[in-house]
Amino acid sequence: MIKRFILILMLCCTSAYSQLPSGKQILDAIDANMASDSRMMTSQMIIHGRRGSRTITSKTWAQGEDSSFTEYLEPARERGTKMLKLEDKLWMYSTSTDRTIQISGHMLRQSVMGSDLSYEDFLENSKLIDYYEATVTQKDTLHGRTCWLLDLTAKTPDVAYHKRRLWVDVEYAVPLRAELFAKSGKLLKRTDMSDIQRIQGRWFPKTILFKDVLKEGDGTEFKVTEVEFDAPIPANMLSKAALRK
Amino acid sequence: MIRFLFKGIIRDRHRSRFPILIITGGVMLTVLMHSWITGVFGDIIDYNAKYATGHVKIMSRAYSENVDQMPNDLSLLDANQLMRDLEKRYPEMTWVNRITFGGLLDVPDANGETQSQGTAVAMGIDLFSPKSQEPKRLNISNAMIRGQMPKQSGEILLSETFCKNLNLSPGHSVTIITSTMFGSMSMANLVISGTIQFGIKAMDRGALIMNLSDARQILDMEDAASEILGYFNTNTYDDIKAQALAKEFNAHFSNPENEFSPLMLPLTSQNDLKGMIDFANQMAGFIIFIFVSVMSIVLWNSGLLSGLRRYGEIGLRLAIGEDKGHVYRSMLAESVIIGIMGTIGGIAIGLALSYLLQTVGFDMGNMMENATLMMPTVLRAHITPVTYYIGIFPGIISTVLGTALAGVGIYRRKTAQLFKELEV
Repeated sequence: MIKRFILILMLCCTSAYSQLPSGKQILDAIDANMASDSRMMTSQMIIHGRRGSRTITSKTWAQGEDSSFTEYLEPARERGTKMLKLEDKLWMYSTSTDRTIQISGHMLRQSVMGSDLSYEDFLENSKLIDYYEATVTQKDTLHGRTCWLLDLTAKTPDVAYHKRRLWVDVEYAVPLRAELFAKSGKLLKRTDMSDIQRIQGRWFPKTILFKDVLKEGDGTEFKVTEVEFDAPIPANMLSKAALRK
Repeated sequence: MIRFLFKGIIRDRHRSRFPILIITGGVMLTVLMHSWITGVFGDIIDYNAKYATGHVKIMSRAYSENVDQMPNDLSLLDANQLMRDLEKRYPEMTWVNRITFGGLLDVPDANGETQSQGTAVAMGIDLFSPKSQEPKRLNISNAMIRGQMPKQSGEILLSETFCKNLNLSPGHSVTIITSTMFGSMSMANLVISGTIQFGIKAMDRGALIMNLSDARQILDMEDAASEILGYFNTNTYDDIKAQALAKEFNAHFSNPENEFSPLMLPLTSQNDLKGMIDFANQMAGFIIFIFVSVMSIVLWNSGLLSGLRRYGEIGLRLAIGEDKGHVYRSMLAESVIIGIMGTIGGIAIGLALSYLLQTVGFDMGNMMENATLMMPTVLRAHITPVTYYIGIFPGIISTVLGTALAGVGIYRRKTAQLFKELEV
């Protein structure tokens, strides 16, 4: 009797595990939605600080993982400020100083415009599969949606977050929530994705709430107002010369 | 009587040499240690008051919780009105508005692109107003190494160490990158008009001084202040008055329910300075206690030895009818004279050494590379009126105490046996 019970239990467990896809399969599906060879995006960053909220509008052109160009459109004080990322280097240009300034090293982890996003977060366009090993731990439910719960561990040390925990919508293959951890295991940031829409055959979250858990405040809402995947990028856009134009 | 005892001390040097040397040494150390502690801790308090804390400081409640991070997004608003209120309500104080912020200083190459960078801690102070005491308070003219004081908007003073590290000189242009009080990125081109070295490691690594209005413009803080500092017009910190002032101000202006309401803190409630002041006071008392105790024991021992050597003399004095109490009192009087002589010598030598340490100082710069405490690299003693008399107490008390303990033996002598003892 006991032997039969153990056998049934083992079969149940095997059956349950066999329903979980592999981490690689899910990451591939996420990357197919979120990453692209190039993209053009207009976004609003609504920063909820302790003294109130403010909105910053910007337009970004990105090519692959390593190249992107951002121009701030609003408010007036930020208008004309531009950011260029080429590989691991970032340059900023401000009209008030007419200077092109390189941001590197630990400065890349500083907040963008007082938001909950770092420059690394802001410019991230890399495929998760290239940098993380993923393990699917269980099925879960978030905001009424069925999700895979994934634990990601970095393959290389040169990533912003050593570990990530993702709640990935089973139907859309889009993360609904991500928790980002330091190597020590300390939770650094939490992001909640919503307003998932079908765009050019992909599922894409148009609103992301970033919360730096080490900061006070209600987080930063990142709203994508316009996005075009695999958009043609003007040839001279991703160069330092474009910053002064 | 005193003259008689004095002659005895001078003529019989075996009686006085050792106790006088002990007292001189002990008093000298007491004077020296007192002036050293007074100087070092006094400088720390003075430097903190001038450069960081004021005699009192007003911040928003939220800012005060994270003051080390210089969170200008939590600064006080309506600062100009608050300054007017303060000047009207507390005329015994001088109020100054300061803005402190961190930023990345970028040095351009010939093409205007980044050549080198360093992090700077900038301080916006009132440099240009004719009545401003800030340049004098921060000792800027003495801290100048090269160049000249800023004369117009956009000119700054930069740490000499920082300039050397980035190969900068007066006349060079740099760009500061920082965040406005609303979190936006802010960049501004600045011209180095001069270089400065305060002799404070925590500041000399990357201090940048600019005019207050420039800082306000860069940080978008036109009617805001990160900190309002108050100084007593006497220029001397009075903790009791500062505590009372803070209590009165907070009762009137501060609201615990509003994290952006102003909060006044006296100097001793900032930068752990209360602990430091208490420690300095305790150390001074502890040193005096140790010297009195140790010297009393040594002099007690010395008195016992002296008592043995003067066994015959005391026995003879008792034998010819001198009262035991009189002998005891005369020895105490003798010890007072010895104490005074040793104390005078100790104070003189201690003051001379203190003066040397006050003038030359002791350079601890190499040991303070990563120091974050607002303190000078050259530590100095400081001679105060107390230094002149601090040695009197341990010098005389310890001698009298030592003699009093040693002299108890006089009362144990039995008059009946005196002649027998003297025959031996």
